Amino acid sequence: MSVTEQTITDRPVTDKAATTGTPSRAPIPEGFILPDFGDRARPTGAAQTGTSEESGTPAYTGPRKMAFICSKGNLDMAYPAMIVGNAALGEGVEVHIFFTFWGLDIVNTKLNHKLKFTMAGNTAMHMNDLGRLRPGWEHLSLPQVMGNLPGMTSFATNMMKKQMEELEIPNIPDFLDLMEASGAHMYACKLSFDMAKMIEADLHPGVEGVISASDFVEIAEGAQIIFI
Amino acid sequence: MPTNTINGRSFEVDEEGFFVNRDEWSEDLAKDLAPLIGIELDEEHLAPLRFMRDDAAASGVTPTLRRMQTVGGFDIKTLFALYPGKPAKKMSWLAGLRKPVGCV
Repeated sequence: MSVTEQTITDRPVTDKAATTGTPSRAPIPEGFILPDFGDRARPTGAAQTGTSEESGTPAYTGPRKMAFICSKGNLDMAYPAMIVGNAALGEGVEVHIFFTFWGLDIVNTKLNHKLKFTMAGNTAMHMNDLGRLRPGWEHLSLPQVMGNLPGMTSFATNMMKKQMEELEIPNIPDFLDLMEASGAHMYACKLSFDMAKMIEADLHPGVEGVISASDFVEIAEGAQIIFI
Repeated sequence: MPTNTINGRSFEVDEEGFFVNRDEWSEDLAKDLAPLIGIELDEEHLAPLRFMRDDAAASGVTPTLRRMQTVGGFDIKTLFALYPGKPAKKMSWLAGLRKPVGCV
C-alpha cells in the first residue's frame, strides 16, 4: 500500500474507523474488476483541485471536499444542497455547508418546517395536468400574475411537498437530521445570525457553530464551492 | 459481460465491477469479497446486506441509504462506521446487487 493510498482513506467521516488503524486489504486477484470505492490509490496533485501551480500557494492534497453556500430560504432552494450534499457524503466526500442570509432559515428550527415555494418570478412553472385538457398545454408557462393571487404560495408549497413525499424525499428537518448523521459539517453565518437576531437554541443541533465568512473560507480550503 | 473469479467462485459483473446476476451471490462469496475492501464480514456487517437483498428482491431496485434507515431501521451513523467512505456502493457490491441509482 502506498503513502498516497493511506492519505486518501483518512477522512473525518471515518475518524472512528481510522483511529482503530487502517484496515488491511487482501490483494485483488488478477483480472478482477473491483468497483471504485474511492479508497485505493488515485492520482493526486494540482490538476485535481484546480489550484494554480503558479500562484505560489501549495496545492491542496487532502481528501475531496465540497462546500455549499446556502443563501436562499425558499423551499425549492433548500433542497439542492441537501440532495447533492447527501449524495456527496455517500460517495465519501467531505461536506461543509454554510447557511447565510435567507438560507439561515433552513437551519432555524422555528422556521425550517414551514419553508415556502412561490411561483412568483418563476417562469418554469408548468402544470402537467393541463396536458389532459389539450395536448401541449403541459408545456405552457403559467401566467406570472397567478403567483400573486392570495393563497397561491400555500397551494404551490403544498403541491411541491406532496411531490417530494411521493418520491420519498425527506422534508427539510428530517433531511438535516440525515445530513448530520451522515457526517455533514454545517455552520451558520455570524453576520446573518446577528442580523436576524437569532438565538443558538433555535439552531438545528447539527449546526457546529456560528462562524464568520473568513472562518468559512479557511474551512473550505481545497473544496469545490457551490453557491445556492 | 466480464467475469470476476475469486477463490474458484465466478460471477458476472458490469463494466464497473458490480454484480449482474443477484443469484450468483452467496454469503460465502461475500465473505471472500469483503477483505478486498478491508472489511471482515461479521454478523453486524451482514445484517444490512441481508436487508438489502430482501428489499431488492421485492422492489427490483437496490435500496438507498435513506431507505435502509426508513424501511430497514438501520442507523445511518452505524452504516457509515461499518462501511466507511462509500457505504451504499460498498454494501450493494457485497450484497451482490447493482449500484443504487436513487438520489436520496
